[in-house]
Amino acid sequence: MASQIHFLDIKGKSLLSRDYKGDIPSNTIEKFPLLLLELENSIEEGEYKPFINNQGINYVFINHNNLYICALTRKNENIMAIIMFLSKLVEVMTQYFKSLEEESIRDNFVIIYELLDEMMDFGIPQITDTKILKEYITQDYYSLIKSSPQHLLTPPNAVTNAVSWRKDGIFYKKNEAFLDVIESINMLINANGQVLNSEILGEVKIKSHLSGMPDLRLGLNDKGIFTSEGDTSGKGIEMEDIKFHQCVRLSKFENEKIITFIPPDGEFTLMSYRLSSAQFLMKPLLLVNCRMKVHKHSRIEIVCSIKAQIKKKSTANNVEVIIPIPEDADTPKFNPEYGSVKWIPEKSCLVWKLKTFPGGKQFTMSAELGLPAVVDSEKAIANNKPIKVNFSIPYFTTSGIQVRYLRINEPKLQYQSYPWVRYITQSGEDYTVRMK
Amino acid sequence: MSNTLNANLNKVNSILERKLRSFLSGPKKGETFELRNGLVSQYKHERKDSIQRVIQAMTLGKDVSSLFPDVLKNIATYDLQQKKLVYLYLMNYAKTHPELCILAVNTFVQDTEDPNPLIRALAIRTMGCIRVDKMVDYMEIPLQRTLKDENPYVRKTAAVCVAKLFDLNPQICIEFGFLEQLQELIKDSNPMVVVNALNALYEIKDMNTDENLVVFEINHEIIQNLVLCLNECTEWGRITILTTLNDYTTSDVEQVNHIIERVIPQLQHVNPSVVLSSIKVILHHLEIIPSQQQRDGILKKLSAPLVSLVNSSSIPEAQYVGLKNIRIILEKYPQILSKELRIFFLKYSDPLYLKLEKLEIMIRLANESNSTILLSELKEYAMEFEPSLVSKAIKSIGSVAIQLSNCVVKSVTLLNEIIEQRGGDLIINESIIVLTNILRRYPRKNDFITLIIPIISNHIEELDRNDSLSSYIYLLGEYPKYFSNLHDKLTKLVEQFLSFDPILQLNTLTTIVKINLQSTGTQFSSLLQQVLEMSTKECENADVRDKAYIYWRLLSSSSSVEVQKRIVLSKIPAIKTTISSFNPIILETLMSELSTLSSVYHKPAKTFIDASAYSRTPKTNEKLEDLKTKAKKEIINNVKNENLLDFDDDGNENGVGSEEGVNSLLDELNDLFMAQPPPTQSEAPQQGQSQTNDILSLFNTIPTTTPGKPSFTGSSTTTNTGSTVNNDLLDLF
Repeated sequence: MASQIHFLDIKGKSLLSRDYKGDIPSNTIEKFPLLLLELENSIEEGEYKPFINNQGINYVFINHNNLYICALTRKNENIMAIIMFLSKLVEVMTQYFKSLEEESIRDNFVIIYELLDEMMDFGIPQITDTKILKEYITQDYYSLIKSSPQHLLTPPNAVTNAVSWRKDGIFYKKNEAFLDVIESINMLINANGQVLNSEILGEVKIKSHLSGMPDLRLGLNDKGIFTSEGDTSGKGIEMEDIKFHQCVRLSKFENEKIITFIPPDGEFTLMSYRLSSAQFLMKPLLLVNCRMKVHKHSRIEIVCSIKAQIKKKSTANNVEVIIPIPEDADTPKFNPEYGSVKWIPEKSCLVWKLKTFPGGKQFTMSAELGLPAVVDSEKAIANNKPIKVNFSIPYFTTSGIQVRYLRINEPKLQYQSYPWVRYITQSGEDYTVRMK
Repeated sequence: MSNTLNANLNKVNSILERKLRSFLSGPKKGETFELRNGLVSQYKHERKDSIQRVIQAMTLGKDVSSLFPDVLKNIATYDLQQKKLVYLYLMNYAKTHPELCILAVNTFVQDTEDPNPLIRALAIRTMGCIRVDKMVDYMEIPLQRTLKDENPYVRKTAAVCVAKLFDLNPQICIEFGFLEQLQELIKDSNPMVVVNALNALYEIKDMNTDENLVVFEINHEIIQNLVLCLNECTEWGRITILTTLNDYTTSDVEQVNHIIERVIPQLQHVNPSVVLSSIKVILHHLEIIPSQQQRDGILKKLSAPLVSLVNSSSIPEAQYVGLKNIRIILEKYPQILSKELRIFFLKYSDPLYLKLEKLEIMIRLANESNSTILLSELKEYAMEFEPSLVSKAIKSIGSVAIQLSNCVVKSVTLLNEIIEQRGGDLIINESIIVLTNILRRYPRKNDFITLIIPIISNHIEELDRNDSLSSYIYLLGEYPKYFSNLHDKLTKLVEQFLSFDPILQLNTLTTIVKINLQSTGTQFSSLLQQVLEMSTKECENADVRDKAYIYWRLLSSSSSVEVQKRIVLSKIPAIKTTISSFNPIILETLMSELSTLSSVYHKPAKTFIDASAYSRTPKTNEKLEDLKTKAKKEIINNVKNENLLDFDDDGNENGVGSEEGVNSLLDELNDLFMAQPPPTQSEAPQQGQSQTNDILSLFNTIPTTTPGKPSFTGSSTTTNTGSTVNNDLLDLF
């Protein structure tokens, strides 16, 4: 798939490389900084792409933390697979080193080489599951010397098993499984408070502390899963675009609409789903109305109100309203009815924080900032950023999804186990309100 | 047998080592010296530490190949970590010391018999990566053994090693029967082994240059087996199997049904590349299904997975690949996403290239029911900061109007609003071009003309780009009655005539001739006279001169005014669209190459992939390239050494040696650069050229698919289709 893989700094200088196939001269990557520069010069025209084709060699790269991770190939390879492999590489290394950046590459080159060797052979992706890799590529390698020959590291059976994500012989005194149903709301609201676009990105996360090889079966109140497609009378909800962790038996789901799986140990995301939320989200959960009055060359007045359009019993926590202001504004004065306001000049924004926000309530905040007398007209146009809102609402799912049951069955050990379920709705990456 | 082999090897070892030792002993100070001491230290941890430092130096790009013999000494160890490092070093520097690699063979062979499967696999994996011809002879026995290993981890590694061996020496690989063994492994009980065997066969197929050799054939039985494996594989394994399913073509409906049935669950996989590969397989087999209803049902199932490719949970690069593929699929099956417009709305945090590509999809999804929301979204984007996004948003508004006739008034009002509210050169120039295009789509419609012309008239002063000025001048000639103060406007153009670019001169010329023929009086004839004279006498551009002469002769010929009018005022056919589309043949090719690099470049693989890249690389090429870099490095190193040697006691001897080295290397270098056609240098540009030719030839066929392209030159109208083609061409590069 890939002939070479390189880790490069932001200028395109190579930090660490691995040549898998030897069909591309080893100095080819030295051209990368120049090609990158060329590409970046074309950004204004929108010609930037994360791929370069130069003299028959294709550079496919992704950007992460001021690093480029780049694969080279001569063939017309499956580019989606390459990109996903690179992103998996980042994921694995992040799990190994907490954060993947220039310094962690320099500090961990030994283990990176090892990982690169195990994750890809002759350009063919092999094992990319961190949990399994951690079984036999261990961070603290000095422990290897101490181990006696009997305890020599061997490839875990899981590597090549059908159940490649779980090792044998896991044991817990107390067998528990924690389920988190997390729904992230992305919403685009125009200046009049109308919802232009909204989606719910849901995730069911599981933290499994279960012994042996348990077989789990999850029951949800999902319409697509538990009732036939024609039947719309039920109170279920219809999910779109469901994605499962590799442990879920996809064909069983496709044929019988049952979610069954042997979970990996520890934390993982069992499934994710998307709801085009027209049916649930007619109005914003948190309605922000912000009016900004600009008196040119003197000051800006901002009046912002926020209303929680959720059930009275529910509470939104850690609400943050981030209001962008012109870069050159200064001397802020605030008057919040509730909560606190902060001015963050380096990000040119005001942050209004409300720690707890009971449903149905409404709060207002007014602020005033000074503007310099001389203004560069270009900057005024540039400030077209939307208002961003962050929040989380516990014990509540917007879609109404519910876990009906989680059956845990370990055929050999036959233990009692307890599933715990939590629900939370939170703001996604893009819960934004456009300004007038 | 192995004893004698070992004994022989040991003998060779000691001789070679002595020879090389004297040859390689470099300066005795500095980092290298220190490392060497560490490598031969009597303490385990010191040795290991030194190996790590050697690898670190290697990572930083320093040449530590001179330490080869010393590193090699550390190969026999129980410490897995250390073994891995030594192996890594070997892989990197094997080429520079091919003779010395033989010294390692012994350990390799031993390691493939180690009780620990991890070490067995490591050994066979590394052996294959040591790309030295001599290695081939020693690989047979260990490879035979590991291919039949009881541990699947070892087998799957050995399977890949067969491909590596084939790369080094195809004859031997075939002679020893490895190819058959690999074909057998496809039926292995372990899915990981199956997948790697499959991958190895694919690699071999690509490398193979012998036409008579059948690497492997996909038959019904294999497919049956693979379909069963599909659910038990890792994500990467699934992609491999899906690729194979895609390469398989059958007309057996039952089989096709079976394949599609098994692949559909994969659409729910979390990895977008599995999803995209599954979509590709399904689309590949779809046409075989006879029932239209069933086909539509399957297509319907693809819409949610397609949308999931632009899910914000994956990295922008992956979303971009998704979008590019969606654009291809959308052209083949325009209905597949008809309800999904909102998904493609821009997110503020999207990188620019993603935003632009999303716009491409959005305009293709425009229909009567979603046009209102689409247009108001586009207006928002036109208020954004990035110029390329703004101009694309304005173009998109135009595309919607051109696509949907009942949106014209709305779009035009929207454009007017944008001009009024924001203004600026960029917006005005772009809007004028778009407005002209709208008129070209709906020519001679009075209500549209009276709507659009005043907007343009208000902003003539602000036009400063050739394309927008061309549009304006074209409209003057086409609809002179609708412009007020026509004479003043024309006079101004004539005054500036000589400072215009040829394209504007041509347009002005045509327009003035057209107006003259349309007008009954003689108020414009002096302008005509001036323009014709300037074009023929003062213009340097041959096209402008020629055109002026043609007009002049036509007008002064004895032909009747009616005939002249028919020639000059002939109506251009209306354009149909401003959305670029693929040539049908290219579309078919792209559909068959979904998810690959060609899907993001939007051009067939054969136009940018060197076919010979699939076969084994021309060794000479590579060697030359390597030799060049090696030579350069040597010179740099030697220069450094010389400096060091000045302070050294026994520097003389070495100094002379290195000087000689420098000279001979310089000669070599000279040879490299002087030799008339150095293959690497001369080949590349040629390739480039043939590629561009290919590309150009592809695009020669494109205009036929955009019937709106006007057939005469010199009019502003060429700018539009011209620019879409240009854009496409740019895409290609």
